[in-house]
Amino acid sequence: MSVVIKVENLSKAYQLGEIGTGTIASDLERFWAKIRGKEDPFLKIGEVNDRTKKGDSNIVWGLKDLNFEIEQGDAVGIIGRNGAGKSTLLKILSRVTSPTTGSVKIKGRVASLLEVGTGFHPELSGRENLYLNGAILGMRKAEIKRKFDEIVDFSGVERYIDTPVKRYSSGMYVRLAFAVAAHLESEILVVDEVLAVGDAEFQKKCLGKMSEVSKGEGRTVLFVSHNMAAITRLCNSSILLRNGLLADYDLTHRIITNYLSIDERSTAFRQWGVEDAPGNNVARILSAGIFDENNEVYEFIDIRKPVVIKMEYEVLTDDVKLTHAFVFHNEHGLRLFDSHDINTKWKSNSLRKKGKYTAELLIPGNFFAEGKIKISPAVITSDPWELHAYGEDSISFFVKDSLDGDSARGEFVGNYGGIVRPLFNWRSDFIG
Amino acid sequence: MNNLADENWDIEITVSSNPFDLKLKDVWHYRDLLVLLVRRDFVAYYKQTILGPVWFFVQPLFTTIIYTFVFGNLASIPTDGLPQPLFYLAGITAWNYFADCLTKTSTVFTANAGLFGKVYFPRLIVPLSIIVSNLIRFGIQMSLFIVMMIVYLTRGASFHPNIYLLLFPFLLILMGMLGLGLGMIISAMTTKYRDLNFLITFGIQLMMYLTTVIYPLSVVKSKYPGYAWLVAYNPMTSIIEAFRYGFLGQGTFTMLSLSITTAITTIILLIGILIFNRVERTFIDTV
Repeated sequence: MSVVIKVENLSKAYQLGEIGTGTIASDLERFWAKIRGKEDPFLKIGEVNDRTKKGDSNIVWGLKDLNFEIEQGDAVGIIGRNGAGKSTLLKILSRVTSPTTGSVKIKGRVASLLEVGTGFHPELSGRENLYLNGAILGMRKAEIKRKFDEIVDFSGVERYIDTPVKRYSSGMYVRLAFAVAAHLESEILVVDEVLAVGDAEFQKKCLGKMSEVSKGEGRTVLFVSHNMAAITRLCNSSILLRNGLLADYDLTHRIITNYLSIDERSTAFRQWGVEDAPGNNVARILSAGIFDENNEVYEFIDIRKPVVIKMEYEVLTDDVKLTHAFVFHNEHGLRLFDSHDINTKWKSNSLRKKGKYTAELLIPGNFFAEGKIKISPAVITSDPWELHAYGEDSISFFVKDSLDGDSARGEFVGNYGGIVRPLFNWRSDFIG
Repeated sequence: MNNLADENWDIEITVSSNPFDLKLKDVWHYRDLLVLLVRRDFVAYYKQTILGPVWFFVQPLFTTIIYTFVFGNLASIPTDGLPQPLFYLAGITAWNYFADCLTKTSTVFTANAGLFGKVYFPRLIVPLSIIVSNLIRFGIQMSLFIVMMIVYLTRGASFHPNIYLLLFPFLLILMGMLGLGLGMIISAMTTKYRDLNFLITFGIQLMMYLTTVIYPLSVVKSKYPGYAWLVAYNPMTSIIEAFRYGFLGQGTFTMLSLSITTAITTIILLIGILIFNRVERTFIDTV
């Protein structure tokens, strides 16, 4: 495989605050420095871009010293918090703006989709806009004409093709716009979060088209999204940006583990000290963790594989009746289910001695839906009800769906609904 | 480390590039876009109107009537002995072409920020499409002027189209270049300093009065010889004077003044290209 994108020492400085007043003075200062062959005075004082902290200067580095290479046929996800530099990177790659230092070298044509429907004119019909948009994206007229039927067919708005697009629903608008972009013949496709719109059927089409583009046609795809599920399905490797710096570039599941654990303090294993352990004078939780089938701590689990959740807790008084439980929430905070122990010897509320106990819950594969699952370990007494210890959302893991076709989603590549994703057996016969 | 085959890059994105490189190869590749943008301008212009393309005639026609009334009759400014409506229409048609090129290109960056911020194509395509669509509009308005000429000729008015008519295509190019050059300079500067937006709207009005649209250069020269240079050195003056001379046989221009105009226009266009190229690369960060 050959390198098709080579990024070297790429940096981009931005000016904060209002541009307008006072800029003539600073422009002249920069100009004067340039004449004397000195370094640009405004670039020296730049600092790392962290939007949450107040800085000293009003120049920040949107991107700083990026170096990476992308090989042909790779589908690479770009992940990072808001303001980490994802869009800036895409803008430079699609030549919308220039870097402040460094360079990017590219083999082949780049089609960038930073927005769908760029240059659509509301007064023009779908047909006219299709030609215009295609030309803006770099297609020749003959090329559009040749693919016209295919594009209209893909968009599914054939009936409205001669109606001005200002009469379109926003969904139809996006459909037409993405259809044009999907048919570009470029070697590299750069996509910003444009798939957030459109209905489920169309999202499926878009993701399907993109995976077809990268896997089937050997074209290179760069994809920015906050939808971790979509990124894991589509991209084999990913770039993690943090405050304009390249934090990591690795296989997607490792990057997502890294990103989620840093950004939301999620962790697959947690141990508490005596002071901060959740609990009361009856019991306190010592540790909790998520393990894969090989009994290794793991925060990134294949949807088809079982997962083991363990906890250790300490009972502080003799002769108490209690049991242990886990509460499961998904990434949207929706409570999925609770599970407490009703089958070990502790279920009958037999009296416990002081000391340390373990509890282990096995959840089979093909049960959780993809995405982040947050787990709260608890120690309870059922009757009369009392909550002794509760580690709210203290551990979490990420479920990754597969595109191999043997999970519940089968061949479907779009956003698959539902809060759980069980794999059931179907029976079906031909009866007439 | 790398072998030679690996060094054949199609696109290199770097900090600086040749300031006079117009990327004409790229522009040529996007020529269909130019045509489609021109088409969009026209279709969008008269969508949901009843009169449609007729509106292209209304503006020069009514302006001519008003000018004839105000400047011709009320103020009695002489018109080199030409029929007044014909004199004004010639000036208005030519001036409109220049002024439209200038005002439209002067907002290229600010008006298209949304588009430029999302997709790459040679930015020069947009000002070029403005020049072309104004050229077509100019062509339509010229037909009005030609019809007027024929009407006056058949009614026995005395004016004499002559060999200098051959300068017409050249004058057209000059006006386009001048409008494009000035427009690009202004558009590049407005990305940072919006003050120029205010300047341009009344600046064009004022500049029209310093150009021989509503009066001939001969009148200024005889009445205010001390200030005539102000009008005479305005590059648009010699273009309009030459335009009138070719079509109507009256006008004050010399080959020298036209050469000076050509030189000034070329310099302005070069400066325009230089600034435009510089700004095009990063304007999206400041616009």
